[in-house]
Amino acid sequence: MKELSLHILDIVQNSIKAEAKNIEVLINESEKENALRIVIKDDGCGMDPEFLARVRDPFTTTRTTRKTGMGISLFEAAAVQTGGGLSIESEKGVGTTLKVNFVLDSIDRAPLGDMASTMTTAIGGAPRIDFLYRHTTDKGELVLDTKEIRETLGGVPLDIPEVLQWISEYIKDGLSEI
Amino acid sequence: MKKSFEELLEIRNKTLNQVNLRKDREEGIRVVVGMATCGIAAGARPVLNAFTEEIAKRGLSNVTVTQTGCIGMCRLEPIVEVTVPGQDKVTYVHMSPEKAARVVAEHIVNNNPVVEYTVGAAE
Repeated sequence: MKELSLHILDIVQNSIKAEAKNIEVLINESEKENALRIVIKDDGCGMDPEFLARVRDPFTTTRTTRKTGMGISLFEAAAVQTGGGLSIESEKGVGTTLKVNFVLDSIDRAPLGDMASTMTTAIGGAPRIDFLYRHTTDKGELVLDTKEIRETLGGVPLDIPEVLQWISEYIKDGLSEI
Repeated sequence: MKKSFEELLEIRNKTLNQVNLRKDREEGIRVVVGMATCGIAAGARPVLNAFTEEIAKRGLSNVTVTQTGCIGMCRLEPIVEVTVPGQDKVTYVHMSPEKAARVVAEHIVNNNPVVEYTVGAAE
């Protein structure tokens, strides 16, 4: 994948499929520490220890129609080639947390890419799930919480074009300030 | 200028007046974009955004854009299915944002599927 934000979208699809009600996307970029950290946390169905042990293998999937599941292994490869890595914690019935660390200035690190697109695609695809997106840098912080947006909107759904457009611009504006 | 929650309130007030919104969305045209690893890697995200933007730009309130997982033909991604009520589903393959704009104009607005982009026309 060309951008890390595409990996994030891909992993968020796993959380959606795991029937999460809340999904958190936490990104920390620190030039001081030369680190880019991405955490994706959900309260979905989780994995049992046996499946968790195999989940990085590209030939592991819950699908019954075919035998490949590339998402996590591709994300891990993108991290490892910078000198970073990926770890997963998961508990059946509690949820899953994926942590991926990158060396920020590695020449092999893909750009983070278009996070506004990733978040609007995720929210538009699962408008009943609550998303928390927190992005911090050495300069500041951007927080997008769909619970707040939902409260303001009353009964208006999150996945209508006007709302998704607002979310996209909110993220772009916020990121330009940090 | 930073986006404000006042703008969200405006969207809310404007939208709540559109009493037909839900009915339009339930009974209208459906655009489904494959959004699994294969689709995302092949460029499904900009394709989905192109559909959403084009539909918003034209104010087509009877069209919904949704997502699905892997459709099973990974080599033909990005794949998009368009269903017009009462008609057969049309499956478009190797989609791009430019092709998406043409599908909106010709198929969704003018009810004239773009045959050259369909799975039937693919090698």
